[in-house]
Amino acid sequence: MANIPQKIIHQHLRYNKKFPHVWCAGCSHGIVLGSTIRAVAELNLAKDDVTMISGIGCSSRMPVYADFNTCHSIHGRAIAFATGVKLFKPEQNVLVVTGDGDATAIGGNHFIHACRRNINLTILILNNNIYGMTGGQYSPTTPTGAKATTTPYGNIDPVFDICNLALGAGATFVARTTAFHTMETQKVIKQGIEHKGISVIEIVSSCPVIYGKLNKKGTPADMLRWMKDNTITIAESQKLPPEKLDGKLIRGIFKQEIRPEYTDSYQKLIESTQVTKEAKK
Amino acid sequence: MEKVQEKKQKEVKETTEKKSVLLQGNQAIALGALAAGVNFFGGYPITPSTEIAEILSEELPKRGGKFIQMEDEIASICSVIGASLAGAKAMTATSGPGFSLMQEAIGYAKIAETPCVVVDVQRGGPSTGLPTKPSQGDIQQSRWGSHGDAPAIVLYPHTVKEAYELTIRAFNLSEKYRTCVTLLLDEVLGHMREAVVLPDPSTLRIIHRLKPTVPPEWYKHYDENQKYPSPLASYGEGYRFHVTGLAHDSLGFPTNKSSEVATMMARLKKKIVHNIRDLVQIESYKMENTKIAVFAAGICARSAKAAVNMARAEGIEVGLLRPLTIWPFPDDAVKKVLRDVEAVIVPELNEGQLYREIERLTRTKTDSSLVPVQRVDGEIITPADILRAIKEAN
Repeated sequence: MANIPQKIIHQHLRYNKKFPHVWCAGCSHGIVLGSTIRAVAELNLAKDDVTMISGIGCSSRMPVYADFNTCHSIHGRAIAFATGVKLFKPEQNVLVVTGDGDATAIGGNHFIHACRRNINLTILILNNNIYGMTGGQYSPTTPTGAKATTTPYGNIDPVFDICNLALGAGATFVARTTAFHTMETQKVIKQGIEHKGISVIEIVSSCPVIYGKLNKKGTPADMLRWMKDNTITIAESQKLPPEKLDGKLIRGIFKQEIRPEYTDSYQKLIESTQVTKEAKK
Repeated sequence: MEKVQEKKQKEVKETTEKKSVLLQGNQAIALGALAAGVNFFGGYPITPSTEIAEILSEELPKRGGKFIQMEDEIASICSVIGASLAGAKAMTATSGPGFSLMQEAIGYAKIAETPCVVVDVQRGGPSTGLPTKPSQGDIQQSRWGSHGDAPAIVLYPHTVKEAYELTIRAFNLSEKYRTCVTLLLDEVLGHMREAVVLPDPSTLRIIHRLKPTVPPEWYKHYDENQKYPSPLASYGEGYRFHVTGLAHDSLGFPTNKSSEVATMMARLKKKIVHNIRDLVQIESYKMENTKIAVFAAGICARSAKAAVNMARAEGIEVGLLRPLTIWPFPDDAVKKVLRDVEAVIVPELNEGQLYREIERLTRTKTDSSLVPVQRVDGEIITPADILRAIKEAN
């Protein structure tokens, strides 16, 4: 028998979707797609049981390449689309792929309410600190003082901390990782999918072509190296004195708790109406 | 509170028996949706449509269906589209301000060819306007509200019973033509109660989307040779398709190629214009040998019908043309009337949204003259108002 290669990517990327992908050379979104696909493969989920929904933006172009049930929705609304899919078909594993602008600016309302409901979605927020698709305007996570095409004099906006936002809104699984830490990302996504309830995973990504260039962050490799050198795990951070934490981004799972999940609660509600119906007979 | 619940339940129960029941327009819509097999509702509270959500929040879980109150109208319609992709017969209900917020997603449902039903119980506008007063101000919004060219299917009932029937029809057309279908209702009809005998559920014709029968690798979500109804896969059934709001090819993958974009745009248009006979419903009332025609929809058609009867009693030759399908616009029926009569009176609760359509169809000098009767102050146009216009035109 012929030896035909069947790697994970051959099994999980669409053979009929024309490559190359849309991402710029040096963009780290593709690395995250790799981590995501390996996480799904490791969980042995049937591809038919995985739905991947995105909004609009660079990161949101991810679903078209993945061989799942996929939807590239409208700007900011991926979580609302995903809520409809998940509530109607709770047996689907629903992944949302979104960016910093898509999730926390235009989609902020849907984001906080999904966290509050604790509906079992796995939300991957690829944070590259910029609106890349439209050419580099500032987003709610563009650092204060940074340059973007709409902040020619430097950004005066304070930033959102995506994980704190999710924690404040009541998310039950909140984590941060980076594109550089691919194995860690894979593991966290896997845990996020396994978590019964909403999981918000901020994945620090990089946009060397626009954000990096405007802010003199160096080459794509330099930006990945920054992720390596300037982030520490929660455990490491606890050992360091506060003054040494300055400028460091903390990685890891900030919260993991079990609270009633929305579609479970709805199922119980359905069952309770059946009981009253029977009791009346 | 409990009493209200009991009363509601009683009303729902009674309607299953073969007798006349007193129903509100909004109730009739909820019952029509249930008869059509709705199993997902995503909505946001807004006057004067809220009763539809309230009834379905109670009835859907009993039938294993899903109801969710989302954080806003944008989220509502997006959850509806998501549920439909997963196989649901899904709907939302709103009023003018919410309908405006939904427009981008309605365009998405059309380009992604995802069935869903949007009920818009119209109220006075612009902006917050008159939440508890009638208006027909969303007629053009329901056609052109979303950016880009995507034809619309919009139905417009004039009685409570028709609200029930056209809700079922809205679901049927959305499933058959794979698009968002809008049901426009007037605020007064939403809240008005009428005695209605509902049809026996077994006599209803309910259309469900067809499941594909080909192997997944043969399946095209947007087949070039699409017929209606055409097979439509849902998530989780082995057909792992892609949908996008971008212009797309037959597999749903984004494309910039002009030939593929042209094919897609032509399909969106063709499915409406090639099926006008199936889509357009229009009632002709006393239109034989008339000199004057009244063209009116919804609540204005009720006043018009009364005015026509009053004028006929006085020997004036006048009839009523009433569209049940407002989009696609009944061009052919109107053109014929324009040739045959001397004057067309157009009563409407806006500043000429129907009038301009009829004006568009006036081609020659021999076509009949047009008489607008318009109100935008929150009050309805009475039969006397229309009778006056009929007499002036006579």
